[in-house]
Amino acid sequence: MSTLLIKDLKVVAGEEPILNGVNLEIKAGEVHALMGPNGTGKSTLSETIMGNPLYQIVEGQIFLDGQDITTMSVDERARAGMFLAMQYPTEVVGISNADFIHAALNARNGNQPVAILPFLNELKQQMDFLEIDEDYADRGLNADFSGGEKKRNEILQMMMLKPSFAILDEIDSGLDIDALQIVAKGINAMRSDEFSCLMVTHYQRLLNYVVPDVVHIMMGGKIVKTGGPELAQELEKTGYADLSGAVEGSDND
Amino acid sequence: MESENPQFEKDQLRDERGAMDPVAPVFSTGVGIDAETIKQISQAKNEPAWMLEIRLAAYQTYLDLPMPKFGPDLNGIDLDQIKYFQRATDHIARDWEDVPNDIKATFERIGVPEAERKYLAGSAAQYESEAIYSNLKKDLESQGIIFMDTDSALQKHPDLVRQYFGTLVPADDNKFAALNTAVWSGGTFLYVPKNVHADIPIQSYFRINAGRTGQFERTLIIVEKGGSVNYVEGCTAPNYSEDSLHAAVVEVFVKKDGYCRYTTIQNWSTNVYSLETKRAQAGTNATMEWIDGNLGSKVTMKYPSIYLVGQGATGSMLSIAAAGANMHQDTGAKMIHMAPHTHSTIVSKAICHNGGRADYRGLIKYTKAATKAKSHVECDTILMDPDSASDTFPVNDIETSDGTIEHEAHVSKIAEDQLYYMQSRGLDEATASQLIVMGFLEPFTKQLPMEYAVELDRLIKFQMEDSIG
Repeated sequence: MSTLLIKDLKVVAGEEPILNGVNLEIKAGEVHALMGPNGTGKSTLSETIMGNPLYQIVEGQIFLDGQDITTMSVDERARAGMFLAMQYPTEVVGISNADFIHAALNARNGNQPVAILPFLNELKQQMDFLEIDEDYADRGLNADFSGGEKKRNEILQMMMLKPSFAILDEIDSGLDIDALQIVAKGINAMRSDEFSCLMVTHYQRLLNYVVPDVVHIMMGGKIVKTGGPELAQELEKTGYADLSGAVEGSDND
Repeated sequence: MESENPQFEKDQLRDERGAMDPVAPVFSTGVGIDAETIKQISQAKNEPAWMLEIRLAAYQTYLDLPMPKFGPDLNGIDLDQIKYFQRATDHIARDWEDVPNDIKATFERIGVPEAERKYLAGSAAQYESEAIYSNLKKDLESQGIIFMDTDSALQKHPDLVRQYFGTLVPADDNKFAALNTAVWSGGTFLYVPKNVHADIPIQSYFRINAGRTGQFERTLIIVEKGGSVNYVEGCTAPNYSEDSLHAAVVEVFVKKDGYCRYTTIQNWSTNVYSLETKRAQAGTNATMEWIDGNLGSKVTMKYPSIYLVGQGATGSMLSIAAAGANMHQDTGAKMIHMAPHTHSTIVSKAICHNGGRADYRGLIKYTKAATKAKSHVECDTILMDPDSASDTFPVNDIETSDGTIEHEAHVSKIAEDQLYYMQSRGLDEATASQLIVMGFLEPFTKQLPMEYAVELDRLIKFQMEDSIG
């Protein structure tokens, strides 16, 4: 069964059409990369899958683990097993990182409190794994974190919340090579039959560390080409220009 | 809530602060006030003649002064229907074992005994209009710290009381200060000798119980040169049907190099008018800090002030106000700089929900002597819904030319991007909003002793549930 299935998705932001019929299927255990030039709708797709109210679905459906989630609220989708690592994680002062993650775990546990000591132990373990300084547990959620620290914190949250499906929206942007390797290590640690993932990225670099099963190219609000990891490597050489002819009339399959 | 006999219908009288207990006053002057009532109060307490004179003069001042001409509507107060004095027990209990069971049960419900075991250096809790329990740990006593209710202090240390009483807040300061001076009862007296440090927070608990009880406690704190103290009090009252008045006066004297932090959390039930006058004076290089939380009441008018009278004195105010349905919090602070190189900070945070209103009213004054003064004022408000409202009324009165003042004010709703982020992790909107509000208040809660911080979190959650559930 596919973890994520998107059928003919058309989305507007306000009046402006952004997605013009996206079809996408991600099977359990697969990691897909979504690439494409700026402004083609990659982030819109990510946000729409998560349910961001800024984007309105005018046509199409989204299924998670066989369940139609098209009209579900953001938090319902999250509790159904979805996770979005955001391109620009929001800062919330006054709530510690650890308290926030614990609250999120409680929410995903049917509002039953998750035992605090095992939680703290696991948090410490995962923070060590991601080389995050331990005082970040007590700091405000993303507050005064650098861009790279925020990205690492997104991966930390993913590892703690253990979603069945995660969208990573430009998780590699603003990362130096060391940080990139750590983030990749976190993503690879998640890979299993119970986890699938959509990685939005501009660069082949990330895909050297997290080798995707499938690569999609998005242009003009549609997925115009789908292939294996070699597609990203080709793209690195040729750029998107060669694909511009594919925008018209092409379908994803 | 309408009820003929509110004290005895316990099940109907629960709110988040617990039920009211059926305590019958041992002695009461009944409703209303006149010179005769005041003589009765003074006589019942066996006070020195000079205190009766102060009371009677203040009563005349009270009659002469008008009601406040600014801020919230006070027409709902019927001053003739207030009980001005009643005594819940006829003696001061020294040991916990001596405290009557009904009263003990109330305190246990709100956590006083446990709090004492863990954190208290001493404890005085006011029930009805007079302290019924006062306990001072031996280490404080041996340092010469005096900590008792103000009535007892008047009997045991009349010279100290006479030296300071009413010198910072004279009876003619405002109508309710005059009323307090005329009919005051209870309150805390705290004296910290020279160079003595009371490191453990000293706490007391206030609670209004019977309907129509006016609470007019009078608190006097004196910190001698180089001394320091951290005083904490929490107030909470159960619901009942008739409006009630709380008009306290607090005077704090911090001498040269001294330090005082005075923390209050008030959670009056929403029929209480809380009209307080709190004032402190800080000497040379002394520090005074007010930490003030207002979570309940129908109307609160409270503007704690600090007179920075000595060179290098520092004053700070950190406050939160939460205003829900039918609540109007009109609070703020006044910093009066009267000496060179004095510094002050005001941080005021408010949350308005369910149509509640929270206003900030503040004054920064630099007199001619206050050269090189500095002040920083910050007012942040979250409005939870379009029916709620907030205003700020800052006044600067500057007679110097070399001082600096910074003023920031922000009014916001709960940020959509924060809600979205938190919901994307699985938190529902209500829980996410609560967390955001907790985060907003965190600069305040982190200054509180742990048990107060926990209780405050609980109360805010309880208040928020209606507005975002």
